[in-house]
Amino acid sequence: MDVRPEILALILACALVTALPRVLPLVALSRFELPSWLREWLGYVPLAVLAALLAIEVLLPGGEPGFSLANPALPALAAAFAIAVWSRSLIGTVIAGVAAYWLLA
Amino acid sequence: MNDPEGFAAGARAGIAVVLGYLGIGFAAGVVERAAGLSYAEVLLISTVLYAGSAQFVVTSMLSLASPLSAIVLTVFFVNLRHLLLSAALAPHLRALRPWQNALLGLQLTDETFVVASARFSARPPAGAAWMAGLNMSAWTAWAAANLAGAALSGFAADTRVLGFALPCMFAGLIVLQLAAHPRFGVALAVTLAAAAVAVALHLAAPGPWAIIGATLFGATLGLGLRRWMSVPRSSR
Repeated sequence: MDVRPEILALILACALVTALPRVLPLVALSRFELPSWLREWLGYVPLAVLAALLAIEVLLPGGEPGFSLANPALPALAAAFAIAVWSRSLIGTVIAGVAAYWLLA
Repeated sequence: MNDPEGFAAGARAGIAVVLGYLGIGFAAGVVERAAGLSYAEVLLISTVLYAGSAQFVVTSMLSLASPLSAIVLTVFFVNLRHLLLSAALAPHLRALRPWQNALLGLQLTDETFVVASARFSARPPAGAAWMAGLNMSAWTAWAAANLAGAALSGFAADTRVLGFALPCMFAGLIVLQLAAHPRFGVALAVTLAAAAVAVALHLAAPGPWAIIGATLFGATLGLGLRRWMSVPRSSR
């Protein structure tokens, strides 16, 4: 149950370098009005970041190309997308996608 | 009790994130315990670092006996993308005090960010209490799932199935974002382009820069396309 000193130091250092990019823009940029083009640019950030994370996670499992039907993630993800479009429910999408992956894998 | 701007409403908005985190957090806990972390260390890393991808990086690099400085540097680059998320939330939280912004920013994740920005673009403004409710429900679920995974790591044969909750949550969030976006065509182009650029960059040079580069490219493409489309046809 102990916390080793070097692990404590590691976790605190990682937490610090994680906290800075999380906190600084929110504190600094919320002090003044951003120009409209920048607000619009920032409005596309969520979709871009999600698409990038998802593409790497599913298409390059372990850093290797996984473009084949032998990769059960692809059909399972297609099912998740279909459920998401049909139901507009995040919970339903997660449950359906994990169930599909479990059946296929 | 039913205040749509209150803590409870924020916590309810986080239910889908909670569900996803239960799966991914469980997988993270299993891996952390297998890498030799104690229960106290699992609790510490999931509450203080509180970043899924970074925790997987720390555990895998610890198992490889990497130098601590290299682990910290990698975590920094992996989490640098939060700069963009934090900046994107800033215009919506301008009414808050700096210390409130700082506390809310500490618990910023990819998933809570998307839920919050969907909420803010639908009907502003939401206050600090709503955002705190969202953050706390996700944070509590994450820590509990990490501990559960650590406790049951001896029985868990395969964490891949539960870990698949993460891509499913991304897929659901993408659909919800696209459906709510005022410019569907541009938003769809941004999504597809960011995915393609991320894969290309990752194949060229694996690492967190692929995410950051794809995000910068996608958002810039969106702004450019929208500007180009709103130019009157006669002056093109």
